[in-house]
Amino acid sequence: MTAPRTMPDIALIRAWLDQVPDPEIPVLSVIDLGIVRDLNWAGDCLEVTITPTYSGCPATEVIAMTIEQALHDRGLSSVRLTTTLSPPWTTDWISEKGQRRLRDYGIAPPLRKVAPACPRCGSTTTTLVSEFGSTPCKGLRRCDRCREPFEYFKCH
Amino acid sequence: MPSSTCEAGAPDGVVELALRLGDNALILGQRLGEWAGHGPVLEEDIALTNVALDLLGQARLWLALAGRREGQGRDEDDLAYFRDQAAFRNCLLVEQPNGDYADTTLRQFFFDTWHVALLNALARSRDAEVAAVADKARAEAAYHVRRSAGWVVRLGDGTAESRARMVAALARLWPFTGELFEEDEADRTLAAAGIAPLPGSLRAGWQAEVERVFAEATLEIPASCWMHSGGRRGVHTEHMGYLLAEMQSLARAHPGATW
Ligand SMILES: [Zn+2]
Repeated sequence: MTAPRTMPDIALIRAWLDQVPDPEIPVLSVIDLGIVRDLNWAGDCLEVTITPTYSGCPATEVIAMTIEQALHDRGLSSVRLTTTLSPPWTTDWISEKGQRRLRDYGIAPPLRKVAPACPRCGSTTTTLVSEFGSTPCKGLRRCDRCREPFEYFKCH
Repeated sequence: MPSSTCEAGAPDGVVELALRLGDNALILGQRLGEWAGHGPVLEEDIALTNVALDLLGQARLWLALAGRREGQGRDEDDLAYFRDQAAFRNCLLVEQPNGDYADTTLRQFFFDTWHVALLNALARSRDAEVAAVADKARAEAAYHVRRSAGWVVRLGDGTAESRARMVAALARLWPFTGELFEEDEADRTLAAAGIAPLPGSLRAGWQAEVERVFAEATLEIPASCWMHSGGRRGVHTEHMGYLLAEMQSLARAHPGATW
C-alpha cells in the first residue's frame, strides 16, 4: 500500500482504531477500553501513546502489535508507539459504548459502589464466587435469581 | 515500557530500589506459578496464577527501570535470567517453598500487607518513574491482600486441621518477616532524597493490620524471636538455588529464544 498524500486527521485515525478489537474481549475496541491515551502527528510520524490495563496483562503486547498493524493497513507507514503508566488505567476509562457492549456480550460492566447485575436476567442480587476469572480483568459471580454464573469486569 | 530520559548510573539508589522491588515480585511470582494446575479448587488455581501474572508484570516494570537507570544496556530479561543468586535482592520470605496451603497463604498475606503499604508510599515518590510503577502496582496489590487476608481468616478460624496447619506455618514463616523492615545505607539515602520510605516506618502499620486480621482468624503473633536476614544483600536460603535453576534454565540454554 502507498502512503497517503495528506496526513489523515486524528479524529479519523481514532475512528479507525475504534475498529481494532481487544484480543481478550473482542466486543471492545482498543478505544472503548480506554488504553489509547494520545494520538499526535510529529512531522509525518504518527505518535501513539497507549497504557496497559493490568501490569501482568499478557495481551498488552498483542494489542500494541495489532494497533501498529491496523495503522499500517490504512497506509500509515511511520508510526511510533510509546507506553505510559501514568495516570494508571482504571475501569473508569472504559467508554459508555464499551459498557453497553460488555453487557450485551454477557459480561457485567464494572460499576463503582453497586454490585454488578446479572447480564442474563438483570437481577442485582448476585453472589461473588471469585475475584479472579479467566483473564486478569474479570471475576466470577453467580446470579441468585436465575442461578447462572457470569463473568463481571472488575472495578479497578 | 515507559518512555523517559535515561540517567545512566544515577547515584540516587533507584537501581538498588528497583532491583529489590523487582526481585521480590519476580521470585514470589515464580513460586505462585508452581501452583498452576495444582490449586486445591479451580477458583484458587486461577486466583494464584492471576496474582503470579500481576507480580510478573510488576517485576518486568521494576527490572526494566533498574536496567535503564543502570545504563549498561541490560533489559528486564537480562536481569531476570542472567544474574546469579548472589546478585538477587529479594527478601528471604518470598523464596520460601510453597509448603501446604497454609504456608502459601500466610507467606502471601505477610507480603501483600507489606507490599500495599510500601507501594502506597512509593506512589508519592519524588522520582516520577518510581511513582508511576508504584501507582500502577498498588491497585493490584490491594485486591491481592483482600484475597490472602480472607484465606488467613478462613483457614485460621476454620477446622481443627486447618487451624493447626496455620499455627505451624506461622512458626515457620514469622522469622522471615523482620527482614521486611530492615534498613541499610541505601534505604537511608533513598529516604533522605524523598524517593522511598524508610522500611522501619512501615512496621507499625503492618503489624496493626496483621493483628486485625489475626484477631478474626483466632491467631496470635508469636513472641519476638530471632529473625532471618540476608536476602537484600544477596545471601539467600538453600531454596533459592533450586528456584533459580528452574526459572533460568530455559533462557540460559536458548539465549534470545522467542515463542
Ligand atoms: Zn440472572
